[in-house]
Amino acid sequence: MPTSLRGKGAGRLASVGLRGALVLAAVAALAVTAVGREETDEGSWAKEHRPTVRLPSLKGEKLQVAAVWTGPEEANFRRVLAEFERRTGATVEFVPTGDNVATYIGSKVEGGKPPDVVMVPQVGVVEQFAAKGWLKPLGPQARQQLEKNFSRGWQDLATYEGTRYGVYYKVANKSLIWYNTAAYRDAGVGEAKTWQQFLDDARTLTDSGVPAVSVGGADGWVLTDWFENIYLSQAGPDLYDKLAAHEIPWTHPSVGRALKTLGELFGERRLLAGGPRGALQTEFPASVTKAFGDLASPQAASVFEADFVGVNIAGDTNARIGKEAKAYPFPAVDGESPVVTAGDAAVVLRQSEGAQALLTFLASTDAAGIAAEAGGFLSPNRELDLAAYPDAVQRRIARALVSAGDDFRFDMSDQAPAAFGGTKGQGEWKALQDFLLKPHDVEGAQQNLEAAAAKAYEK
Amino acid sequence: MSTDPAAPQAPGRTTGAPGARPAVGRSRAWIAWLFLLPALVLLGALVAYPIAYSVYRSLFDASGGAFVGLANYGEIFTDSGILTALRNNLIWVIVAPSLATALGLLFAVLTERIRWATAFKLIVFMPMAVSMLAAGITFRLVYEQDPERGVANAVWTGVHDTFAESSPWPGAQPREGAGLEPSDGGAFTTKATASAGEVALLPLVGIPPKEAAGAQRAEPAPRAEGGGVAGVVWLDFVRGGGSEHGRVDAGEKGLAGVKVEAVKDGKRIAEATSGPDGVFTLPPSADGAQLRLPASNFAAPYGGVDWLGPTLVTPAIIGSYVWMWAGFAMVLIAAGLAGIPRELLEAARMDGANEWQVFRRVTVPVLAPVLGVVFVTLVINVLKIFDLVYVIAPGATQSDANVLALQLYLSSFGSSADQGVGSAIAVVLLLLVVPVMVVNIRRLRRESQR
Repeated sequence: MPTSLRGKGAGRLASVGLRGALVLAAVAALAVTAVGREETDEGSWAKEHRPTVRLPSLKGEKLQVAAVWTGPEEANFRRVLAEFERRTGATVEFVPTGDNVATYIGSKVEGGKPPDVVMVPQVGVVEQFAAKGWLKPLGPQARQQLEKNFSRGWQDLATYEGTRYGVYYKVANKSLIWYNTAAYRDAGVGEAKTWQQFLDDARTLTDSGVPAVSVGGADGWVLTDWFENIYLSQAGPDLYDKLAAHEIPWTHPSVGRALKTLGELFGERRLLAGGPRGALQTEFPASVTKAFGDLASPQAASVFEADFVGVNIAGDTNARIGKEAKAYPFPAVDGESPVVTAGDAAVVLRQSEGAQALLTFLASTDAAGIAAEAGGFLSPNRELDLAAYPDAVQRRIARALVSAGDDFRFDMSDQAPAAFGGTKGQGEWKALQDFLLKPHDVEGAQQNLEAAAAKAYEK
Repeated sequence: MSTDPAAPQAPGRTTGAPGARPAVGRSRAWIAWLFLLPALVLLGALVAYPIAYSVYRSLFDASGGAFVGLANYGEIFTDSGILTALRNNLIWVIVAPSLATALGLLFAVLTERIRWATAFKLIVFMPMAVSMLAAGITFRLVYEQDPERGVANAVWTGVHDTFAESSPWPGAQPREGAGLEPSDGGAFTTKATASAGEVALLPLVGIPPKEAAGAQRAEPAPRAEGGGVAGVVWLDFVRGGGSEHGRVDAGEKGLAGVKVEAVKDGKRIAEATSGPDGVFTLPPSADGAQLRLPASNFAAPYGGVDWLGPTLVTPAIIGSYVWMWAGFAMVLIAAGLAGIPRELLEAARMDGANEWQVFRRVTVPVLAPVLGVVFVTLVINVLKIFDLVYVIAPGATQSDANVLALQLYLSSFGSSADQGVGSAIAVVLLLLVVPVMVVNIRRLRRESQR
């Protein structure tokens, strides 16, 4: 009989505590190994492929690179840096910036000692730095690699007033539905191509006894990504750009239409794992474990987000990517299937031959190949052989990204002022969290969004 | 006499050697200042200057370049977010210190009487040893909505479920388009009426495959003896989803324990419960009635209280604060209690006062100064509360739990830093703390004069 599983509360809590302790121990161990491991094992990519770019000899030069990355992302980047050191003779020091790159770099520049190269995770921040004159333009070699390997859209993203400043080294494809293959098979549904089909399948999935979607609504950025994908597909790239620049207000009818579409999912409470209230208390990592944590009886059939869901699946669950967990592109709403991206741009803060050489290298197919083969990495480099990716799922994600050409769009909330698009409990995050609870109040949500946007953009 | 007002007054020196006095006084004053200098410099640099600069900074805009007068203060009292913070601070200041002091008093008085008082006090005091941050993280878990993770809801739902019956198939729903319409209170009723000759089909969906795995096959053609109404309640879904909707296909499971009611003109005339193969039979009187599946069949498991939702988030955080600080209040009050002359209490008892009267009329009045100190200390502590709110409140309800110190941080160092507004909030916070400080200092002075 399906009596509830409660009563085990205390036991579960203890296991959470134990897991917490394990995570702490793991973090500590990681920190130790990260210090001790300057040279990581080299993969086979660098050995099997001939260099596509020539780098100068930089014997004795020292470079500092700053990025937000920690854990596996940092380890991956260190492998790329190690190859750079091997080929040039330079010494590269990796400096973690902590969560807020802008604040970190700001204080370093004020102090007169910025790192040579920094990985900037937001478009808005690249522009902000460029406007302050902190960035040094790309040299001819780096520019050549950039133009050869990247589509125009990616080149333009790190351009300020006609000058190219950065290279989008690592990006995210934020238009993916990850699904539990067993749950989909049990319900007899496949990968949805259109939004309508996605909704129909969601109902079938829920009928089969597994709520269709788990939404990590406690993290506002998950909700902004939902909205952006629907908006990009429904309203098209032009309106998307205008809304991102706040040239059209959030009270625009196109926004209302997108919210209404999103409300078709959020409004049918049984389709969401835990209902809207449960979703609002679910943080992003927990939303992934809901779908893949308990493979015998999952709490949700699918979860929407970026390629980095794969990292959570690999780290927190027993599901194997490509077997129990697969991903397909976000369904097309009215127009094309959307491709919303985010990414880290490498920019130079201190001009030197070494810094330019590093950017040249990061823009090259060589660096992309080394990083891709380790997994958990996605490059917009269109020259990169997709075979470099370790499995079929990542290959497919990369193909979706590269084949979008210039029709991809950068995460809108990352382009907005942080007070609107990137702050817990404020602006777009908060407005969409309220919308999740009241998905029928499209007009109210639009007014909240516009009020917050007007305030944030005027500053 | 020295006219220097800062010269230390040396009592008992007014007589004797009047000629030499001024010189001595002056050099004394000079030396005194010299000794005071390091302390004054430190105080000035670390306390006075920051306060003055905050006041000055609060009169400028976000970039710090343009003078805006009192506009930042205007923003504090017009911005709805900051107003919520102000209101919450008020709730905090009234509720938290009162609760903590009251509990502290209760513990202190009660532990006086028990044998293991020290052990008990130690346990109550222990949360004080935990940092606010750690306590915050702990309570974030305690208040988690999911009863399998949050201990508060685990207890709450445990108590709830002891008294409320759990439903046989939580989360189940009738198959859409199968003639079952939602009626009042989560029940579902058939549109058509049942008749004795036909099999009543009541298809349900939305049951996790694992939960129905052990169920028997559904009986596709049940028959009722003696002209009754027979029907079947079953899970209208097979793995792979290929089955026809609304029909009992091979491999579909019967659902046991579902209550079915026969309703005529809104009145219940009969009821039955489905067997292991999903079959139920109603008496002949049910002929021509509508069939209703009451909500108790599918009631979702009770999810507990939304501790960190918009309405309860501030009380929940105050609860965690009281957990930390009641021990502090208890220890101070217990110390004061130990100092009460026993004769006073004994005398009261001899005069025929009962325990409550002794407590009310003797203990509390004698303890009043201690209670005052505890209360005022807690008020000051609560006015600047930050960590617990920052850690416990989830993103969606952070703005509902907001307090001034948190808003100060968000305004000044958040992603859209406006240190003008931040400084203005700091000044307001200072103005709120000052009167409490004054009360405290006055009290201390009075005590030392006694």
